[in-house]
Amino acid sequence: MISKVFDNKIVIVIDMFNTYLKKMLTLFAFSKPTGKYTFLYVNKTINSNRRPELTPLATISEKIFSRASKSDARAGDFVIADVDCAMAHDGTSVLAVKAFREMEVQKVWDPARIVIPFDHIVPASTDVAANLQHDIRLWVQQQGIPNMYDVGEGICHQVLPEQGFALPGRLIVGADSHSCTYGAFGAFGTGVGATDMAEIFASGRLWFRVPQTMRITIEGKMAERVSAKDLTLHLIKHIGADGATYKAMEYYGTAIEEMSISGRMTLCNMAIEMGGKAGIVPPDEKTEVFLKGRAIDAYTPVYADEAADYIEEINLDIDGLAPQVAKPHSVDNVCDVDEVAGINVDQVFIGSCTNGRLEDLEAAARILKGKKVAVRTVVIPASRTVLLEAIERGYISSIIEAGATLGPPGCGPCLGAHLGVLAEREVCVSTSNRNFKGRMGRGGLLYLASPETAAASALKGEIADPRLV
Amino acid sequence: MKGNVWKFGNDIDTDAVIPGRYLTINTPKELAEHAFEGVRPEFAGEVNPGDIIIGGTNFGCGSSREHAPLALKGAQIKCIIAKSFARIFFRNSINIGLPLLECAETDRIREGDELDVDIASGIITNKTKNETYQATGLPDFLRGIVDAGGLIEFTRRQVSA
Repeated sequence: MISKVFDNKIVIVIDMFNTYLKKMLTLFAFSKPTGKYTFLYVNKTINSNRRPELTPLATISEKIFSRASKSDARAGDFVIADVDCAMAHDGTSVLAVKAFREMEVQKVWDPARIVIPFDHIVPASTDVAANLQHDIRLWVQQQGIPNMYDVGEGICHQVLPEQGFALPGRLIVGADSHSCTYGAFGAFGTGVGATDMAEIFASGRLWFRVPQTMRITIEGKMAERVSAKDLTLHLIKHIGADGATYKAMEYYGTAIEEMSISGRMTLCNMAIEMGGKAGIVPPDEKTEVFLKGRAIDAYTPVYADEAADYIEEINLDIDGLAPQVAKPHSVDNVCDVDEVAGINVDQVFIGSCTNGRLEDLEAAARILKGKKVAVRTVVIPASRTVLLEAIERGYISSIIEAGATLGPPGCGPCLGAHLGVLAEREVCVSTSNRNFKGRMGRGGLLYLASPETAAASALKGEIADPRLV
Repeated sequence: MKGNVWKFGNDIDTDAVIPGRYLTINTPKELAEHAFEGVRPEFAGEVNPGDIIIGGTNFGCGSSREHAPLALKGAQIKCIIAKSFARIFFRNSINIGLPLLECAETDRIREGDELDVDIASGIITNKTKNETYQATGLPDFLRGIVDAGGLIEFTRRQVSA
């Protein structure tokens, strides 16, 4: 059997004994057709002593990796998995394509499974950025990649779900850390760097360590003008910036069941801010409704077994939760809004893959309608679709009439490259996901909050409780 | 390998290593000119080949940008030793051949200390304080990639072997 699998391939046996189970041996093979590297990993997990009693008791991640690696994958196992969908944007595709070229591979493994959205610096801000983007466009054309979403289509993590790529049970790997957003649809979405992405471009496969899973149950009801971002920041405060490192999180409870798809995307988007490898909401009727008519193909939802093995269980009750704010310079530096209310604000940013969706613009528009902002306010819809619908519903008029500035769909100032970078010591209330030192300009101070809190702060010119405006 | 220590704290994020405005740079040497620009402006000018970065927990958290480890490779940092690393940064560093060691005792190491690091055994000798620490070495599989200079070179060698 082995000789059949590894026919015409160089086999490297790597003694990669799993430190927990000491049971596994992984074989790597690199095929070499036509003298060019295809980086085809062929992997078989040889496990003479697999725990048969555990077989039906798996987490969502274990089930997705079992299918993708054609093995009985358990937390702690190293597997080589088939990637269902790969994404790289203008910011990361440059290095990924560079690495791909260094591999001397001629063609990508499957053009239809690669998605390239341009969102980080769009439209290009400098000659350098323009030339790099030009090169990627040519590469996409040359490779025959059909799913290219150029300037103005929106942020990768909004575009993939809108276009039906984010499906339950899928393994979706993005060259962007917020690729965990796809977990909102029951997918295993995770981020990697450029060389890993090049490896996927070449072979469609990548090695993973199957993560342990934290089971997070959130009960309770959120008050008016308290939203998914507040719940998410509250959770991050509880778990910490590295409390979920290397782990997946599964979300349960009435607060999650009642949460909209948009809110679930906000929640899963920030799994990485706790170090998480993935954050997953089990698919339900809301998922079905969202995917109807947009799923790129048929899918099978994956659910955890009730007695699956979780490394940790966390239960939170969010009844009475106040709007939350993450203070500079770490995402887990979270407090109730009243602790920071009154701090002078220089800029408000509403947008990003965390909070640039229709529901977020609606929340902001409701607060801004008929009023005037007291500070410069930058609003950036997450996608062209979001922008069009927000225009249709009158949200954009309300936002612009209030004195805010609208940017083109994309990441905007979130990563500190353009469209609203901060001056030294300026304070910004932002609906984005990171408040690291220097993130949005060298000396800026970032307070992360919900669209409701951001809009209220825009009106007052200081950090404000949205329940009081 | 020997080198002097650049000491950092917990949760050093990739925006601190290389700010987002430099994502349009793609050579290690040019990226190195901006490494730690926002948090340690003197770093790029004063770092010497073979120096060592010491971190606390969650080193390299945040963005998936491979520019971050590339900038440190461009600065000819010999290795990074931290209590723990963020997942994507860990993978990226291995993939480009930048050695990482996990060591619980990084609090004992001070800025400017001279270290002798044996990557294979994980033994760190602090020549300034005359102490030794044991780091968790990389699994053989990952060290093979680092030793080759990164995943691309590793695979080339395997294929041509």
